[in-house]
Amino acid sequence: MLQGHQTWVYESKPVIIGTAAIGGPFESQGGLAADFDMFHDDLWLGENSFEKAEKKLLEEACETAIKKAGLKKEDVQFFLSGDLINQIIASSFAARTLGIPYLGLYGACSSSMEGLALASLIVDSKFAVNALAATSSHNAAAEKQYRYPTEYGAQKPPTAQWTVTGAGAAVVSQQGEGPKVTSATIGRVVDMGLSDPFNMGAAMAPAAVDTIEAHFRDLNIDASQYDLIATGDLGRIGHRIAGDLLKKHGIDIPEEKFTDCGILMYRSDQPVFAGASGCACAATATYGHFINRMKRGELKKILIVATGALLSPMSYQQKESIPCIAHAVSIEM
Amino acid sequence: MSSKKKKKLTPQQQEYQKFAHAREPKRPVLANCVRAFLVGGIICTLGQGIQWVFITYFNFNEKTAGAPTVAVLIFISALLTSLGVYDHIAQWGGAGTAVPVTGFANTITSAALEHKTEGYVLGVGGNMFKIAGPVIVYGVFSAFVVSIISVIIKALGGM
Repeated sequence: MLQGHQTWVYESKPVIIGTAAIGGPFESQGGLAADFDMFHDDLWLGENSFEKAEKKLLEEACETAIKKAGLKKEDVQFFLSGDLINQIIASSFAARTLGIPYLGLYGACSSSMEGLALASLIVDSKFAVNALAATSSHNAAAEKQYRYPTEYGAQKPPTAQWTVTGAGAAVVSQQGEGPKVTSATIGRVVDMGLSDPFNMGAAMAPAAVDTIEAHFRDLNIDASQYDLIATGDLGRIGHRIAGDLLKKHGIDIPEEKFTDCGILMYRSDQPVFAGASGCACAATATYGHFINRMKRGELKKILIVATGALLSPMSYQQKESIPCIAHAVSIEM
Repeated sequence: MSSKKKKKLTPQQQEYQKFAHAREPKRPVLANCVRAFLVGGIICTLGQGIQWVFITYFNFNEKTAGAPTVAVLIFISALLTSLGVYDHIAQWGGAGTAVPVTGFANTITSAALEHKTEGYVLGVGGNMFKIAGPVIVYGVFSAFVVSIISVIIKALGGM
């Protein structure tokens, strides 16, 4: 049901019955390592290209989530997925393997919550019993896609971020045990005219703030409703900007409640500059770390605000600024 | 940012950019310059040493030793790139690794490695000069312009 301007309230409260988070070698050293289902100690995953490696990560995340939900592939009616490679081939190729009816998404790093919001919508409207939402990113594949060759010696500024190698998946169902998806706010594209692709946090922060504001306004609630509000991949710099911007807009989120997956993903001694980024950042942090904490009873109600920068290498070269988006999904135990 | 570019931004965008800019860490320009000086200097000293070896032990003179010296530096750079070390040195050394011939070798080697998955013709062949290409194009073009100017000055009886 639509509430307010841009928020969906799921009346049947679809249940997340199975989740999975798969990571790469760098993530296994990170701050959330304990909550991943599986790690690979090789960026190639035994494949002969980074793109195939990412596809494999995504397949494993989907298969693990379905298995943990106690289902078979045939029990899942729809598969929604997105990634960062051109023409979202990791998602489409994984869908070929899974054989589940598929809808491809592209929301850059906001794809995780875009997928979860839509999967919940499909389940809530009874158009499916079980739907699978997944997303992946691969550090080297993303570098190749958006920046320079991985071994190219370009000096990165302190505002740069490190793309997570990993994949996250969640099975949303009409019934079962687990955290429930209660509402979602679909973000609008916000462009503050920033154009530096090595400073995505600052570009995306206003989109996150816009979506959080819309979520509170539409549902007529405030931050006290949540135990935790986590943005997707703003990193240290973007998180700070978002925090200050919220205060400026008169929205008070206590510091201990407001966090960012891009900060949590890696330890402070890992050389990741401003923090983590990539589709898999919010996906693995949510489907691994946060869901586990909810199941342990540490968190009751959380809001995940996945942020995405909708630029392309071509739009950057054509001197366009970076349009950004954020989608928020509220999950309740 | 240039004032021309700023004009296109709305007041709201300008205000946010100022707001965000105040919260961003600056590039450590001075430290980067010192590191670039050190790393660039070490690479050039290494080159000098290699040249000395060629002149002393291999019967080259100062002029002819240039080519084999550059070849050795390019080989070392390509080797370090393929072992995955060069980009780490470059993150620390910055322009110190980019400006010498080793940086040029790194652009070609890294692009060739990266695109090997798309095949040797369209992948390696087509992408090898992706980053190095502009350097060659504008290097050759500026050399051409300078030569023309030099020819004209000489023809007019100058120098």
